Amino acid sequence: MKAVSLEEAIAVIPAGASIMVGGFMGVGTPERLLDELVRQRKSNLSLISNDAATPGKGVGKLFDGAQVTHMIGTHIGLNPKAQQQMLGKQITVDLIPQGTFVERIRAGGCGLGGVLTPTGVGTLVEEGKQRIDVGGKAYLLETALRADFALVQAFLADYAGNLSYALTARNFNPVMAMAADTVIVTAEHIVPVGVIAPDHVMTPGPLVDYLVANG
Amino acid sequence: MDAQTIIARRVAQELRPGNLVNLGIGIPTLVANYVPAGLHVYFQSENGLIGTGPIPEQGMAHPLLTDAGGKPISALPGAATFDSAMSFGLIRGGHVDLTVLGGLQVDAGGHLANWMIPGKMVPGMGGAMDLVSGAKRVIVAMQHAAKGKSKIVARCNLPLTSARPIDLVVTDMAVIAFPGGHATLLETAPGVSIAEVLAVTEAEIAIPDDVPEMKL
Repeated sequence: MKAVSLEEAIAVIPAGASIMVGGFMGVGTPERLLDELVRQRKSNLSLISNDAATPGKGVGKLFDGAQVTHMIGTHIGLNPKAQQQMLGKQITVDLIPQGTFVERIRAGGCGLGGVLTPTGVGTLVEEGKQRIDVGGKAYLLETALRADFALVQAFLADYAGNLSYALTARNFNPVMAMAADTVIVTAEHIVPVGVIAPDHVMTPGPLVDYLVANG
Repeated sequence: MDAQTIIARRVAQELRPGNLVNLGIGIPTLVANYVPAGLHVYFQSENGLIGTGPIPEQGMAHPLLTDAGGKPISALPGAATFDSAMSFGLIRGGHVDLTVLGGLQVDAGGHLANWMIPGKMVPGMGGAMDLVSGAKRVIVAMQHAAKGKSKIVARCNLPLTSARPIDLVVTDMAVIAFPGGHATLLETAPGVSIAEVLAVTEAEIAIPDDVPEMKL
């Protein structure tokens, strides 16, 4: 784990990178990292995020300046800008069931090739996918998902990079922290080692590449 | 009583002690307002909480405690939080006893379409497909008809949410179940006749000898 400034953290992300961003409707989203992605005008991003939040909030900020070219998510209905950009074919969007979305990321972070899920069997979601019967029940093979970068928002981070999350801001963050080549973290509070008891660490420090300093 | 209240009150009667329940957005959310006194159920919010409570009192909201729409909620004593993998493990794994969802169409075989109108409304399915595939019991809470057009159709022409049929649909006019894969009228809303229900029901529907009124 390396402690870096906000500017340094985002500078490592090249144009065209794939980024996983934690958060659910902007709750548990690393807002400072998104503000800096906007400030440094990173473009052609492939965004992997549950939703498109709303304009001006969370990952919604990336659609305000048309910095996203492709998105994988589960719901974009509450961001009119993302909807317009999708319907206007400025961006491509893969909409997938939320349980499948998180399991594909979990698989990507856990060394699995994919998962078998009953969700989507017999619907539009099945198109182009392999159906596999196990014990007489039909499942879809959903392949693993990884990204170049994961942008994670923790509640507490200690000096060793151990993380814990709060309330409903946990959502996709700990899963995404496993599934990217480089993991960049901001935290509400940076605290001494020991404040997060070992039993309460949700993301162990060695998974974190960059912890963004306060300031 | 307005249409939404009729639906929410009737659905609330389906709750059983100790149930783990997931309510969708829209009319289903209102069900929480009509939990019978003394009945303890757990509400799950799929963004990572069991034990959701009402909207917090003035000054008590926390920005990191919200429902799946991002709106502030409270947490009840005994509440538990978790990540999205566990949240959908609970849903897909059959740990959720009951889900109540909104609907665009329900067909004669109990199939639900509720996530997309091709070319018009493509918001994404969010958690709906996992809920219908995995919850032990699925109830759809919706208006019987929209703009005079029946939402209880012969066959869904909108994309299905799941190949698995739902268990029950509660509308402002009727309660309909699907025993053996066939729509069957169980109850009518107060003051609504069977003939009035049939007049706005496109699906073929079985009418048992005894069809009581909802008791609200």
